[in-house]
Amino acid sequence: MKNILEINNVTKFYKNSVKALENVNLNIKEGEIFALLGPNGAGKSTLINSICGIVNFNTGTIKINNMDIVKNYRTTRKITGIVPQELNLESFETVWNNVNYSRGLFGKKPDHNYIEKLLKQLSLWDKKDSKIKELSGGMKRRVLIAKALSHQPKLLFLDEPTASVDVELRKDMWDVVKKLNENGVTIILTTHYIEEAEELSDRVAVINDGKIILVDEKDKLIKKLGEKTIKIELFEPIEKINGNLSKYNFTLDQTNKIISHTYNLNSNTTDVTELLNDVKKDGYEIKDINTEQSSLEEIFIKLIKENNNELVRS
Amino acid sequence: MNWYGVKAIYIHEMERFRRTLFQSLASPIITTSLYFVVFGSAIGSRITEIDGINYGSYIVPGMIMLTILTQSISNASFAFYFPRFTNTIYEILAAPLSSFEIVLGFVGAAASKSLIIGCVIILTANFFVDVRIDHPVLMMFFLILTSITFALFGFIIGMYAEGFEGLQIIPILIITPLVFLGGSFYSINMLPEFWQKISLLNPVLYLISGFRYSFYEVSDVSLFTSTLTILTILIGCIIFITYTFSKGYKIKD
Repeated sequence: MKNILEINNVTKFYKNSVKALENVNLNIKEGEIFALLGPNGAGKSTLINSICGIVNFNTGTIKINNMDIVKNYRTTRKITGIVPQELNLESFETVWNNVNYSRGLFGKKPDHNYIEKLLKQLSLWDKKDSKIKELSGGMKRRVLIAKALSHQPKLLFLDEPTASVDVELRKDMWDVVKKLNENGVTIILTTHYIEEAEELSDRVAVINDGKIILVDEKDKLIKKLGEKTIKIELFEPIEKINGNLSKYNFTLDQTNKIISHTYNLNSNTTDVTELLNDVKKDGYEIKDINTEQSSLEEIFIKLIKENNNELVRS
Repeated sequence: MNWYGVKAIYIHEMERFRRTLFQSLASPIITTSLYFVVFGSAIGSRITEIDGINYGSYIVPGMIMLTILTQSISNASFAFYFPRFTNTIYEILAAPLSSFEIVLGFVGAAASKSLIIGCVIILTANFFVDVRIDHPVLMMFFLILTSITFALFGFIIGMYAEGFEGLQIIPILIITPLVFLGGSFYSINMLPEFWQKISLLNPVLYLISGFRYSFYEVSDVSLFTSTLTILTILIGCIIFITYTFSKGYKIKD
């Protein structure tokens, strides 16, 4: 699949000499949903704003559909849409005017049929004549999405799309994002909610302190970096850990009946078979076994911690 | 050229004007009427004529200029500062619009509003005094050029302002005094020689003088100098805006 977005060695300094982005390299494939994860102030929004032309970056190149976004800004911006993090809307304008205004800005001639279809898709049609100030937070978020889609972009940036949105609406938003992607829109989203990245994305990048520290397919990432925990439930409790079991570093639950042992899938060997054999050798009968995989959130926290430690050391 | 984009900004801004039509028109009409009452009746009873023109009629071009200058500046500065304040500017910056197109949309709307208000003032003035326009084309030329130039000036203020208070400082502290001291309500020939020379340093004098010429064929300075002054300010504003946009200063972090 071809790259719709190519970012090469992009660096951005703010006026106070704060380095917001440092040699960022990233390729986004056409048709994918890409999640950009990172703590507050990591550079997620700065990267998105640099791609969309909202802030100027200092060095490097950004290409959309193989066209430089500075030299060919008219062509590249026409196919790009952005949903900002904040609810930045004109309170006294109606939904209808707001969305049509956005379409005009992007150089598209008025198409009331398309806007009607879009508002219906986003469950905003009933509110088309309402002023923005009369809408709920969730509705405003939808208006922002409608504005970003008003010119039918091929590449859509969602900057924290479900920030301060309740759980029900968050699920609705996810459905909207999935539908857009099914219709051929490439989506790049930044999020704090790892659950969101896990649910939606095909690939994930982690950004910390202005640097991309990891890019991989979500499933591979979980598999590659994920730790697994095996839980062995016994019929009888372990009264004292000795014998063969004393060499393992496992934990017991309060009933002393469930052994939790963590191992890394990435290592060449795991001691799972040996552990099961030793449980049997020490005379315990196994009632049940199950495994748990570490979530993207745990991986993310681990990565950021490691990266921060490296930064402190250097 | 992204004409749809320019049109979107222009219509969006004019829509704001329509929503606040009463405030937009009532204020200049009331102010103009008050000027006629205060200057026309009170002072006009002592100064009957200047350069052979009835005093009430003489001050009409100055009053129009006063309103055009302040309205152009405030319309454009507010129009551009407001999206900066509400952060809705992200959309304009992300759109396929050149800086020229952005300025054209905002300044075009601000200048249009000023022109409408200017025409309303001419109509209002007709209720109080005889208004004669000897050179209507020249009058429109000055009216349009001044509206555009000072809308550009207002746009600069809108780009640089740090708060709503900042939008008011230059119009109140600089523009209004310059208009009052620029011969809006008198001819500089009525001043002592020293103050006449000082007045010549005031650029607004040249605008009012040229504009008044288009009405009554009387002026304090030559028409050529007036035209040159307004064009110089216009070009200065364009250069300044182009430079600011190219650097992204105050707009693109």
